Amino acid sequence: MALTLDDVRRAAHLARIAIDDAEAEAALAQLTRVFGLIEDMQAVDVSGIEPMAHAQDLMLRLRNDLVTEGDQRNLFQSVAPEVDAGLYLVPKVIE
Amino acid sequence: MPQADTPAMSNATLKELSAQLAAKACSSVELAQDFINKINILNKDLGCYVTVDAARTLAQAQAADARRAAGNAGTLTGVPLAHKDIFCAKGWLTTCGSKMLANFVAPYDAHVVERCDAAGMVTLGKTNMDEFAMGSSNETSFFGAVRNPWNRERVPGGSSGGSAAAVAARLAPAATGTDTGGSIRQPAALTGICGLKPTYGLVSRYGMIAFASSLDQAGPMARTAEDLGLLLNVMAGHDARDSTSLERLAEDYNRDLAKPLKGLRVGLPKEFFAAGLSADVQKAIEAAIAEYKKLGATVVDISLPNMGLSVAVYYVLAPAEASSNLSRFDGVRYGHRAAEYTDLLDMYKRSRGEGFGAEVKRRILIGTYVLSHGYYDAYYIRAQKLRRLIAQDFVDAFRHCDVIMGPTSPTTAFKIGEKSSDPVQMYLSDIYTIAVNLAGLPGISIPCGFDGDGLPVGLQIIGNYFDEARMLNVAHQYQLATDWHQRAPAVSQG
Repeated sequence: MALTLDDVRRAAHLARIAIDDAEAEAALAQLTRVFGLIEDMQAVDVSGIEPMAHAQDLMLRLRNDLVTEGDQRNLFQSVAPEVDAGLYLVPKVIE
Repeated sequence: MPQADTPAMSNATLKELSAQLAAKACSSVELAQDFINKINILNKDLGCYVTVDAARTLAQAQAADARRAAGNAGTLTGVPLAHKDIFCAKGWLTTCGSKMLANFVAPYDAHVVERCDAAGMVTLGKTNMDEFAMGSSNETSFFGAVRNPWNRERVPGGSSGGSAAAVAARLAPAATGTDTGGSIRQPAALTGICGLKPTYGLVSRYGMIAFASSLDQAGPMARTAEDLGLLLNVMAGHDARDSTSLERLAEDYNRDLAKPLKGLRVGLPKEFFAAGLSADVQKAIEAAIAEYKKLGATVVDISLPNMGLSVAVYYVLAPAEASSNLSRFDGVRYGHRAAEYTDLLDMYKRSRGEGFGAEVKRRILIGTYVLSHGYYDAYYIRAQKLRRLIAQDFVDAFRHCDVIMGPTSPTTAFKIGEKSSDPVQMYLSDIYTIAVNLAGLPGISIPCGFDGDGLPVGLQIIGNYFDEARMLNVAHQYQLATDWHQRAPAVSQG
């Protein structure tokens, strides 16, 4: 199955990455090489095999529903690009 | 007083430095200052460190000296080390090698940093790395390539290339690294040092900037197996803040160092010695195996039949997890935000388009694609099924042997720029390390010789789950019989 420029642009849109025409062309050439490698996977019969999501087949732990961290808003917002009065600022979404 | 810029002190191991501090032959402040001086001379050329902060380092060293004077010192109190810039360290720039985080000052400590600090270790700085740990040559760093101390035209490997080069150049006695597909072992091999990727779950991932969460594991990099164990003793331990951190009793990973190797069964997978392995590397590995036989080991021929698929499987799973993990960089809460944009969507796209480098974008695109509607089963689920086959190969192999040995990397250090235009060639340089991550097993690389150009070769030792103590024993006994690990690049002895 051959990857197309539209596939690259669609993935870039889904990934929220701006990509111009030259970048899309370059990405297509390189991703085509990478998917050539990945296609090796299709040669193997995997019927009846359970997917392995993780290195250890462990259940995730549950913890008590308790507050464990105090308020660190000022500290965490100190590294934000734009804040005002404790709020993160973004372009207007709702007209 | 011996100084770090003379060979005696900067060539010292963690164990020796610990003994010197205990004997009051030097203070932690003197030691830190000597390393800072040496970094100031060599780092501009080698690019191992992206951030040094002498005032912060010396303050930590002073506190360590005070702690020792008060009689509360532990084994590594006052001993310096470097942290890969993937670990958040409170008050330190933590860039992950990316423009995205070029101005990010971590508001908290990673668990690994917390534990090293609690042991009284002194942070010399943050080391260069491939951007978001995606690379095998350290060339994808926003802050520029790291040069291999053995040959400045060669890469140090990656992604923990800065940590590896710093330890090889004697700009740190040890360093932390992380390994998702080989990023501790491969640079250790290419720079002639030792590196250990622990069993998945032994070291907490809290505060370690995530790449592929089901594969990422932190570990120590140093110049001897014994030092790896000393540092792993500090780094490993349960942490409730990482949901995959294992609850296990604390152990001394160096407890079995002295055990003789008589009767050790070494598995040699035929897939590790097939086409693609350089003749010089093969020769050095075979000589190492011969040395192990002299030490009393027996050799067992084994097979890992699905290992050939590990690179393909990895380049589905790791990008898939990365595309999800890196969605957090949105230009809102931290990280780079584009200067100009038209609306929220445009802000996301431009911030991410500008903040990420080419390799990171490539992997996010791969991951987004394989997770997208219509391709999920054919790629992502299939890769997870193959991951089980690859892991099962190791389970079967360990029925016949105690450790598995082979090369860490198919070649020695390649030239800067040699593979950077072809991602597939770059990806294949991790062909012997990736399967270990997919299975979640521990792996070590130790130096075992040189190629015809004087570049180091690494021997990989793969152990069963939680078998770190045995692997360190196996590596240590080899280092008692050989001196490859004591060879130093000329630049480090200047």
